Amino acid sequence: MEKKELGFVTIEGKKVAIEGERNLLELVRKAGFNMVTFCYQPELEIFGACRLCLAEVEGMGILATCTVKPKDGMVVHINTDEVRKLRRMNLELLLASGNHECTLCGKSGNCKLQKLAKDMGITDIRFKRKVTTSHLDSTSAALVRDSSKCILCGNCVRTCNEVQGIGAIDFAFRGYKAKITTAFNKDMGESKECVSCGQCARVCPVGALMPNHQEIELVQKAINNPDKKVAVHIAPAVRVGLGEIFGIKPGIPVDGKIAAALRMLGFDYVYDTSFAADLTIVEEASEFIRRFTEKDHLPQLTSCCPAWVNYVEKFVPEFIPNLSSARSPMQMMGPVLKADFEQKGGKREDLVVVAIMPCTAKKMEAKLDKFYVDQNPDTDHVVTTTGLANMIKAAGIDFANLPDEEFDAPFGTKTGGGVIFGASGGVMEAALRFAAAALNPKAKDGVIFESLRETKEFREAELKVGDIKVRVAVTSGLRNARKLLEDVKAGKAHYDFIEVMSCPGGCVAGAGQPQYEGWKIRKERAKGLYAEDAKLDYKSQDNKDVMALYGKVLDKIGGPVAHKLLHTHYKSQKEQN
Amino acid sequence: MTEKFAPTDKILEAHGYDAAKLIPILQQVQEVYRYLPEDVMRHIADKLNISPAKVFGVATFFAHFAITPKGKHVIKVCNGTACHVKGSANLISAVKTKLKLTGNKETTDDGMFTLECVSCLGACGLAPVMVIDETVHGQCTPELVSKYIDEVIAAEAKNAK
Repeated sequence: MEKKELGFVTIEGKKVAIEGERNLLELVRKAGFNMVTFCYQPELEIFGACRLCLAEVEGMGILATCTVKPKDGMVVHINTDEVRKLRRMNLELLLASGNHECTLCGKSGNCKLQKLAKDMGITDIRFKRKVTTSHLDSTSAALVRDSSKCILCGNCVRTCNEVQGIGAIDFAFRGYKAKITTAFNKDMGESKECVSCGQCARVCPVGALMPNHQEIELVQKAINNPDKKVAVHIAPAVRVGLGEIFGIKPGIPVDGKIAAALRMLGFDYVYDTSFAADLTIVEEASEFIRRFTEKDHLPQLTSCCPAWVNYVEKFVPEFIPNLSSARSPMQMMGPVLKADFEQKGGKREDLVVVAIMPCTAKKMEAKLDKFYVDQNPDTDHVVTTTGLANMIKAAGIDFANLPDEEFDAPFGTKTGGGVIFGASGGVMEAALRFAAAALNPKAKDGVIFESLRETKEFREAELKVGDIKVRVAVTSGLRNARKLLEDVKAGKAHYDFIEVMSCPGGCVAGAGQPQYEGWKIRKERAKGLYAEDAKLDYKSQDNKDVMALYGKVLDKIGGPVAHKLLHTHYKSQKEQN
Repeated sequence: MTEKFAPTDKILEAHGYDAAKLIPILQQVQEVYRYLPEDVMRHIADKLNISPAKVFGVATFFAHFAITPKGKHVIKVCNGTACHVKGSANLISAVKTKLKLTGNKETTDDGMFTLECVSCLGACGLAPVMVIDETVHGQCTPELVSKYIDEVIAAEAKNAK
């Protein structure tokens, strides 16, 4: 699209062209003033709650710039005494109204409130403090919530409503007592709506909503237990997220450093979830080929995103028969590692499997009853990317300067198909690579399904093999997914296979990853995965170590043993009213 | 199950299942149940295609809505400026003592009475004011509080016979 100039705004004496910016705040930022605010999120509707983007517009007075449309000829001042005084006061009032003890907060170092207070040089609060004790709710396996730290910016509420279309949380009560809470003020673990995607925490500027890191202590204990062996595996997206915390540019894969760090932390076996992603493709795409041939409940829906699966169970259970029965890579890795350990003479409970995930919902998934065998879970613990960063920091490891190391064989090998799982569209692309070769052994490797990669919210593609035409679609964000399903239900859209990831952009943008704003960083991360893909074998069935499992730990693709270890079932959790 | 929601469904239907009419819907539903039960609010959310958290947010925003069961008789003591100056605090403690309401408790154990402190009843000339159900008692004193409550209890006892 051609950029059209719509006039100029003068900001602190600097002339800035209007190029279709959404509000004055974006123009102020374009002028080089990086005004830090809480409630403005580029992908959400404009809210105007935090009052920290104040500026004086000549002839209009002092306004919240996020709510002002830029107009030709506007003259804006952001550093007048009056504006500085007001911004400062608003910040002091926020600081006085909550429990903001930085040294005791998990968000310290990554908190916008802390940054603003520091940047504005606030060392004293003139007002009486309202809350000084924490109100921790750690009942959800995925997330912890502390309303005493909440500044009521509403980012979480708007994300849950606008991006996910759920509304598990909302504002409740009034005035002084106003808070953000679940329906009927229940603990997060009791919420009937929350699917644990964690996008609320992804947009929380303070420490009010964060991934639940309580499992880290159990991981450390397992490592230090001489009777246990501890295996760890990292999800594809982790390698393009973790580096950011240690000052490495977004999108640069750091899997070699991660392998080194995990060994320094004391893990016995260091594996790659991409191995299990290849296995997932072998099972899920084989299931698809069977279902496509038999016309059995199409479109098939991907099942590797636990928040999405939970969403189907809670909100659209009529689509349960469409979900692939294949487990997610994490839930395939656990039983395969434990079965292999048992085959070699070990006891199942003596192998502790830890998954490093870009995701909060994975924590919920690992704890589902159906993934336990004799009270022993398939995946013992899930640690998010940020949780792993905490472990690395606590151990005093100089991550950025670590030498690269390899993952352990055989569960550390992977193909490009397994690696691109971490980006929205990746699972579908990997499945098509598998299917194209499975349906036509003469098919050429290296075809890139470009149209499935993240360019817009809804993407589709058609795979042609002889007379066979397979129509697929990809989307991310649960509100988008709901729309797609409604079109399918209404007969307006016809697909054979649909990939859905709960987090916009897929796992690279998961809630367990370092927080990001806007689209740029998540695109860099996805680019990093596709760059890795280019260096690896093309399709999942090229993973010799995966194929070697069949006949050893597993029987045949889709066979009874494979079904027991690698597939699952679903149950409606919709409220009956 | 559906029987329980029948009155709610009737109200929802009368408002054309319009989410914009949530407040009048909640008002009328509260008249039926004397408060807003959780399952009823869930039902309303489901029928209006909005989240239960949104319904809960509206229900807790307005003082008029109760999310815990109210007593059969509602005693409102005005704590607006005029009533406050004229000693409404004494009326509140008189009600609490009389009905054995301690701490933040608003409803008696037998479910007979609920005490509400309201901001202004618009009858400042009669300050301090107490309202039992629909009856307004102006220029109230702690002694009168006790007397009026006894009258309600006596009427209840008579009805029971």
